[in-house]
This record gives sequence, C-alpha cells and structure tokens, in this order.
Amino acid sequence: MSRQYKTTITSVWLLAVGFIIINGLVALRLIDEYTTQVLTIGGINVIIALSLNLISGFTGQLALGHAGFMAVGAYTTAALIMQLNVPTFLAILAGGLMSALFGLVIGLPTLRLHGDYLAIVTLGFGEIIRVIMINLSDITGGPAGLKGIPPFTTNFFWRPVLSFALVQLFLILVIIMLSNLIKSSPGCAIISVREDEIAANAMGINVFYYKIFAFTLSAFIAGLGGGLYAPFFGYLNPNMFNFLKSVEFLIIVVLGGMGNITGTVLAGFGLTYLQEFLRFLKDYRLVIYPLILILMMLFQPAGLMGIFGNKEFSLTGFVRNLKRKQIFRRRSASDKAGDHQ
Amino acid sequence: MTVLKTENVSILFGGLMAVSKLNLELKEGELVGLIGPNGAGKTTVFNMLTGVYKPTSGSIVIKSKNRQFQSIIKLHPYQITRLGMARTFQNIRLFRNLSVLDNVRIANHFNAKYNTLEAILRLPSFYKEEKRIKEDSMELLKIFNLQHKSKELAKNLPYGEQRQLEIVRALATKPHILLLDEPAAGMNPQETQELMDLIRSIKEQFKLTILLIEHDMNLVMGICQRIIVLDYGRVIAQGAPAEISKNQMVIKAYLGKEMENDA
Repeated sequence: MSRQYKTTITSVWLLAVGFIIINGLVALRLIDEYTTQVLTIGGINVIIALSLNLISGFTGQLALGHAGFMAVGAYTTAALIMQLNVPTFLAILAGGLMSALFGLVIGLPTLRLHGDYLAIVTLGFGEIIRVIMINLSDITGGPAGLKGIPPFTTNFFWRPVLSFALVQLFLILVIIMLSNLIKSSPGCAIISVREDEIAANAMGINVFYYKIFAFTLSAFIAGLGGGLYAPFFGYLNPNMFNFLKSVEFLIIVVLGGMGNITGTVLAGFGLTYLQEFLRFLKDYRLVIYPLILILMMLFQPAGLMGIFGNKEFSLTGFVRNLKRKQIFRRRSASDKAGDHQ
Repeated sequence: MTVLKTENVSILFGGLMAVSKLNLELKEGELVGLIGPNGAGKTTVFNMLTGVYKPTSGSIVIKSKNRQFQSIIKLHPYQITRLGMARTFQNIRLFRNLSVLDNVRIANHFNAKYNTLEAILRLPSFYKEEKRIKEDSMELLKIFNLQHKSKELAKNLPYGEQRQLEIVRALATKPHILLLDEPAAGMNPQETQELMDLIRSIKEQFKLTILLIEHDMNLVMGICQRIIVLDYGRVIAQGAPAEISKNQMVIKAYLGKEMENDA
C-alpha cells in the first residue's frame, strides 16, 4: 500500500478516536449540557459559514442571503418530519436538496452577470424567503413560529449527545468534502474564477459552470445546516432567519479569513461561544461583534488565519509530520546505539 | 495548410468601427506579427479571435485539435481554448495569489480525466491524474527555467518571469495556435533577446502556429516570417519583414504624413 493511503488511514483513525472520545465526554456529562449545546449550535453555524465561504471566499461571489438557504433547509426538514413522518436523516438530506434547488434557480440567471449582482439578488432572496415563511402559515406556523418539531430522540439522556454527535459528524463530512474539493483540479478552477474570471475563461475553464456548481453546493450545505437546526432546536420562527443572521455568517467567514476553512471553523466556534459568554453584557454584547470586525479590518484584514500566512490545518499533514519525526528519532537512536558499540 | 482564417470580420463599438473587414489567414507553422500604432485595433482582433468580443459581422474559422475546421463566432473563450487556441494578455493576467505551479495546473484542468465526485472521494483515478498534471506542469516550467520557483506566489515573481509564466500557462492548455499579446512589453533588450530565442524554440518543440502583437520592432523584424500592419482597424499592408519596413503606407501610419513643401 502506498504511503499516501497509510497516512490517510492513520488520519481517519485519529479522527474517529477523537470523535468517540469527545462524544464519550459528552455522554458522561464531563462536558456539561450547556457547553454541549453551545458546541452544537457552533457546529451548525460553522457548517453554514463554510458553505458561505465556498461561494464568497473561494469562488469570490459575495452572497448575502445564506440565512434564507438555512431557512429553506430547516422548514423543509421540519415539514417532512411533521407532516409526512419522513425519517429525520432523510428529511435533513431533503432539506439540503431543496435548498440546492433554490440555489440553482437563483444562480442560473444571476451568475451570468459579473460583479456584485449576486449579492443584491441573494439579499432579496433572503428577505423573500422570510416573508413567504411568515405567510405560508399552514406549513410553517406563520409569524408565531413552528413548535414541536420532533427531536433526534425523545430520550432525555441521549438527546444532547445525539444532537452533538450528528452535527459534528455532518461538520466533519462537510470539512472533508470542501477541503478535498478545493485541493483538486475542480477546486483550482473554482479559485481561478475568484482570481481572474477573464484569464480563467481563456485557460479553458467554464466559468459560469463553476460559479453555478459552487453556488448550488453552497446552498446544499447551508440547507443541511438548516435541516440539522430544526430537530435540534425544536422550534422555528421566520424572524430567526433575517438579514442579520446572514450577516452573522458573513462575519464568521471574514473573521476566519476569506477562503480559509480552518479559519472559518475557529471563528465559527469562537464567535458562537463568545456570544454566549458575553450574555452578562445584555444588549451591549451586540456591540462586540462589529467592534471585533472593525479591529480585525484595521489590524488583520486577511482574517484570523492571515496571521499564519493563510495556511490550512491539515490532519494528514500533521500525521505525516509526526511520522517523519518518529523516523528521525528512531534513526538518531540507532545512531547512538552504534556509537556505544 | 490553413489553421485560422477570418473573412470580412468587423466590429462596431457604438458608432466606432474598431476593426473593419479583416481578412487574416494563418498557415500551419507560421509565425506572424500583427503590428500597428496605438489604438489600431490589434488587441480587439485578439479579443475577437478568442471569443471575448463577438464580431458584428464576418466569420472566423479555426482548425480544431481533431483537424476539422470549425466556426468560432458563437463559442465562449473557454471553448475556443479547448479547440486548441490559447492566448496571453497584454496586461498580465496571472492568478496572482496562487503559486506558480497552481497557475499552470489550472490551465491543465480541462484535460484532467477525473470528475468532481472522484476528487471529493479521492479515488485512485484522482491521485493518478494529479500526479500526471503535476509532472506535465513541472516539465513545462523547466523549459522556461521556472521549476525552482514553482511554490512561489505568481505575484512575487519578477516582471519578466511573470510574462514567461503567462506563456507557460497558455502552453499548458496544449494549443496548436498561440496568440501572444505584446510578450516583450516592459522587458529590457537582454530579456527581449532571450524571449525571441524562447519563442522560436517553443514554436518548434510544440509545433505551434503563432500570432503575436508587438511594439518592439527588433523582436518583430527578428522572428516574424510575415507581418500584418493594422491602422484604424484596417489592414494597410502585409508581407515579409523587409518589405514592410520599406512600405510607405506603414511609415506614414507610424510617423505621420510628410509635410507638404511650402513652396
């Protein structure tokens, strides 16, 4: 077996062990229920912020309506579970697909244009979705919201554990999918669209196709995030998915660094935790967000990961490094043994 | 053997006839220079040939990779590149924030024989193709002596090397027709000389037909087999370099009309 696969297998193994350990801690309540809940919300936020990063950070097309895609995913999932008794897992996937469909329909006319049209259209889309959800009261419960969405499990002990595990599992899958995509040739094509559309086109890259592809995939992932949110939170209200929610995701992306997956993950969990941590400031905590953003733009415009040269954390790279050091150590040990003789 | 032919190609920008009734023919293996004073419409011709602008009237056909003639009037730039005609840009358009290697890899993209799903799932076909693409790209960089800079960001290269990287990137699309838009702009005489040798050698090595726009007359007269002179969107002369340099119309276009004697 090649070294590449061995490294991959070791990484997967490490990831699985880490995943089981952290879930064990959650199940044993060594991580308390409050923290678990914050981490779960954080995970959902990161999933949606990553989807936004794909279209805005990697493809360079500013989108301002990701709360709308989240809403489509959340309401689709909730409706399927409540009205048609679809299994939760399938309903979440259906939420993602429905959101992707919306992405495709919005993207087809707008992504042909250059510049910031997508930002304006997605901004409008987010608001339209919100208004539709308010008025479609048969399915969505209208402005009063949708109550009593069945959770992942009714068992009180397992509910937080299962929510946490499922969200983190989806998060890991999304991260693997995105980073594999970005590092491959299609990913290069996506990034080239951001760098220079005209040059990308002249290099044989179907710019429009890759914009549509990235936007639809982005909508799909945001829909999944929304789909996870519905059964986890148990209650949906159209006003949860307003423009400010979209901006929140954008702030995570900008803060972590446009086009950096590691940064989005760190900023997503960080900001979610900060929001909870600062509750004692009451309404003033809303000042902290823009303040961080202003300071960031002044001193570190490339985002959090800009400090580290915009590098990505790579598990396989980490494993490779460890192995190299180990080999080095073994060699130096045998050298020393040789000296003694 | 003709590889590119335009017939009565014209383009209007508003009321301005930028290029009018252009008839151009490139034969296989030729190295043709397109010259003319500023604003003559040279880059507009390039943009029409590569699909960036759609001509108002006229036809353009090229011989594609499978040796069939094809009209490219309705094609997008990326489709034309895939048929085997690549270009460089007058104002460098590299992917500035990406590494030198990635710049070349991107040009290899449409040749990659794996799809997005295989890439996400990291199937063996992905590793195999990525390896091939990387080797091909490094091979090309070696020709231009850029291989030791493959990991540097494109924007950190010196100007001359950025220009060369643009050519490498165009070659990575495996073209048989190459359009160079002022390849020597901003280069010093030494670099221009090296570039001339380079253009000659890649033309032989990759069996290219080259059309280039250039203001540096040393370069144009030195390597072009045939020169086409454009002024106000019209071809005013074409022929071998020696003829062109003596052509009264060309001299007039470049230097202006001689003053009438006051007598």
